Amino acid sequence: MGMTIAEKILARASGKKQVVPGEIVEAEIDVAMVNDITAPLTVDALREIGVKKVWDPKRVVVVFDHQAPATSVEAAHDHAELRKFVTEQRIQNFYDVNEGICHQVLPERGFALPGRLVVGADSHTCTYGALGCFATGIGSTDMAAVLATGKLWFRVPESVKISVEGRLRQRVASKDLILRIIGDVGADGATYRSAEFAGKGMRGISVAGRMTMCNMGVEMGAKAAIVPPDELTKRWLAGRTKGSYKQVFSDQNAVYAGELSYDAAKLEPQVACPHSVDNVTIVREMEGVEIDQAFLGSCTNGRLEDLIEATKILKGKRVSKRVRMLVVPASREVYLDALSRGILKTFVEAGALVESPSCAACMGGHIGILAPGEVCISSSNRNFRGRQGSPEAEIYLASPATVAASALKGEITDPRDV
Amino acid sequence: MARAWVFGDDISTDAIIPGRYLVKREPGELAKHAMEGADPEFARKVQPRDVIVAGKNFGCGSSREHAPIAIKAAGVSAVVAESFARIFYRNAINQGLLVLTCPGVSKGFKSEDKVEIDVKMGIVRNLSTGERFNAEPLPRFVLEILEAGGLLPHLKRKLFSGRTS
Repeated sequence: MGMTIAEKILARASGKKQVVPGEIVEAEIDVAMVNDITAPLTVDALREIGVKKVWDPKRVVVVFDHQAPATSVEAAHDHAELRKFVTEQRIQNFYDVNEGICHQVLPERGFALPGRLVVGADSHTCTYGALGCFATGIGSTDMAAVLATGKLWFRVPESVKISVEGRLRQRVASKDLILRIIGDVGADGATYRSAEFAGKGMRGISVAGRMTMCNMGVEMGAKAAIVPPDELTKRWLAGRTKGSYKQVFSDQNAVYAGELSYDAAKLEPQVACPHSVDNVTIVREMEGVEIDQAFLGSCTNGRLEDLIEATKILKGKRVSKRVRMLVVPASREVYLDALSRGILKTFVEAGALVESPSCAACMGGHIGILAPGEVCISSSNRNFRGRQGSPEAEIYLASPATVAASALKGEITDPRDV
Repeated sequence: MARAWVFGDDISTDAIIPGRYLVKREPGELAKHAMEGADPEFARKVQPRDVIVAGKNFGCGSSREHAPIAIKAAGVSAVVAESFARIFYRNAINQGLLVLTCPGVSKGFKSEDKVEIDVKMGIVRNLSTGERFNAEPLPRFVLEILEAGGLLPHLKRKLFSGRTS
């Protein structure tokens, strides 16, 4: 029987020729990532079971991003303790508060390679599937088991194939496509499953755009989201990794639990309305909703091409006086690129705030917390009640272009109109 | 007598324990804010052994294990839902919090109904209405983890008894 990419990677990692959906396998982990909010519980758990050494420091990556730089005395304390931990454990792959969001840093540094099995103590770990690996989010206790043994049990997920044909039109982004897909399948429509984004249309979507789509796989419940690797993948990874890798593809006769298809050319800008990610409609329907804050950043849409797309709209203009616009590049690399290209200058000239790389406003920890009754349009991935501050605030999710156009007008605006 | 506290669909981990509390990790501290995003009064109302009854996709969102820790430390003995998000489900078991998938349950309870759960038989009873619901059975190894109080005590118990897996 043929296998999907997900099944092939889990089979290889568990030393089997073949696996089938539903089967429980114990797999060897290629890379394990923890961040500053999930690492403390992981370290506690390791101590509780009495493990002195992580299984392989070279395969462990630690990133400070959620509360970076430290947002409170407690966060500073956690950071200080974790710095001691990485030193004791001789973990070289440590990215302190100056490096950026874990889901941008790991791909940039070549940890997310085609065919690999990557786990991260963060739900958006599925982002790395954009490079053809199986990557999934786990909790802190499971992560402690990984750090102790290098292994974890998995239920082999069914795969669903989402075929994309056609090319996205101007000012329509991969964010609009993934929002439409989540709107169609629902917030739990792919729970326990692995989503495979296939079809010729995906070849025309950049690696950054693919990362946006895979990032939001978890918003439809998916365990992993994978794009079959291609020339773009290879080119993007060139110079980012010294390690070798083998691209893995689904067999022609692989079995899928479901198939969906989309014509990218027919898509128009989409928005997820409060308070769930699957509450999706076209931007046209929500035009005129007044906003107080516009957030451009996060592991979903804080990459260079996202910032470029927004500056195409903002160049030489001013953000509406009633809007606070926050721009947070996803990593130091993105920040530096944007800085040297004059992109950050465009934002500052337009009246936006540019902050150092971190998760920032996305999870309401710091930078731009919302007051009761306030409305934010955000390029991030979650609009749950209370996510960015007050439970009485409202969050709309949209593409970088829609965020920029809305910031300009002070109300939700279709980016094709500015 | 354990009471039910009823919640709707898609209760996210941001509702279970808002992001601003993630700097805390002592269970007692997290418990003070359990379910705060969905019901700010919950931590005050809940009594030991009470049960959360919810709709589909309970625990969607982040991988924060603070979510099941907060619920368990608040005294909740089980979460019974139409369905669960994947990471929360696994985290709950690892923390020793009983999670039961139980189709139809969300329509069969209102808050403060009396509830009784027979884990071995997989039966959830609404003692206020007399209705009963069948939960999906849990695999044996999951029951063992729950009986031990979570994955860590389970592992320690296994190590202590000299058995390996």
